[in-house]
Amino acid sequence: MTDIATAFDQTGEAGFGDYVALLKPRVMSLVVFTALAGLVVAPVAVHPFVAFFAILFIAVGGGASGALNMWWDADIDAVMRRTAQRPVPAGRVAPEEALGLGLALSGFSVVMLGLASNWFAAALLAFTIFFYAVVYTMWLKRATPQNIVIGGAAGAFPPMIGWAVATGGVSLESVLMFALIFMWTPPHFWALALFMKSDYADAGVPMLTVTHGRRATRRHVLAYTLLLAPVALAIAATPIGGPVYLAVSLVLNAQFIRGALAIRRRDEAAADADGYAVEKRFFRFSLIYLFLHFVALMVQSGMGAYGLGVW
Amino acid sequence: MSFREEHELHKRRFGRNLGLGLVLAAFVVLVFGLTVVKVTEGDPMQAFDHVARPEMAMPADRQESGQ
Repeated sequence: MTDIATAFDQTGEAGFGDYVALLKPRVMSLVVFTALAGLVVAPVAVHPFVAFFAILFIAVGGGASGALNMWWDADIDAVMRRTAQRPVPAGRVAPEEALGLGLALSGFSVVMLGLASNWFAAALLAFTIFFYAVVYTMWLKRATPQNIVIGGAAGAFPPMIGWAVATGGVSLESVLMFALIFMWTPPHFWALALFMKSDYADAGVPMLTVTHGRRATRRHVLAYTLLLAPVALAIAATPIGGPVYLAVSLVLNAQFIRGALAIRRRDEAAADADGYAVEKRFFRFSLIYLFLHFVALMVQSGMGAYGLGVW
Repeated sequence: MSFREEHELHKRRFGRNLGLGLVLAAFVVLVFGLTVVKVTEGDPMQAFDHVARPEMAMPADRQESGQ
């Protein structure tokens, strides 16, 4: 009896939470937030229930691409400390199950989004899933140190999808919201790669820190942070921007550039000495940076409804 | 008298089934809610009803031949 019980334990049958973990709930929360922002700031009103339904299935689509990513990347996830406890490398969910769940939820979320809103938004969601699962995970991630620069596009689509749910199309505002996240992703991830030290090297993922060295990575963080600022500020001049957004964006970008300069000035000895405090602070601030930009856009949109704070 | 000893595995399996059941129930509620909203909002629906649309009707000669 004991032998059988042990054999059962080794198959490691998954609990419900393991399937939830396959959908990368933390990434999903970012998707929900930015998609909601895109939908809220759009000039077309959407019925609240339809908006809720659409955001939910955008999140499910994002989750599905997360499951596909975990299916494909199980081998490298097993090597990296940060990801070794994910359901597939830990042996709780079979890779085929992750693939099945990912494919099923992909199709499902696209169809439901199309039925709830419009087929343009649905097509954009389908392209996002394809981009993250195939272009980023399968092609770029292991092939080029520019992996996260181009792969960042996948994370940048949600506000465009939210906008498309409301308007049924693309416009300058939604492209700029895309560009904001797209340009933000490289400094955000490279700061992480700086203090995650050996993880990516062990897994053989060509992170910039591995291929071009840490000095080059520090330079790249600064370069992308400088390129990000004009994109973020340009949104202020569009109909979704305004004085409140401009003020918030100016402060955030000044602070972000200061952090990037501090990273650029340091060398590894200094970083080692204080346990990568500056890099970690920059990484944490990058999350606040993105969050507050979208909050400012939503506040601006809310004020606009009362005729306040418009140019 | 119980034939089988309750194993931790059964608890996990039950949790999974319960979770899936709740997800399916929530999905039913969502689709129902969406249906109510779509119908009451009167969203444009592509079908041969509601309003006569001559451009969607078949020419009389083709109707008779059943094509």
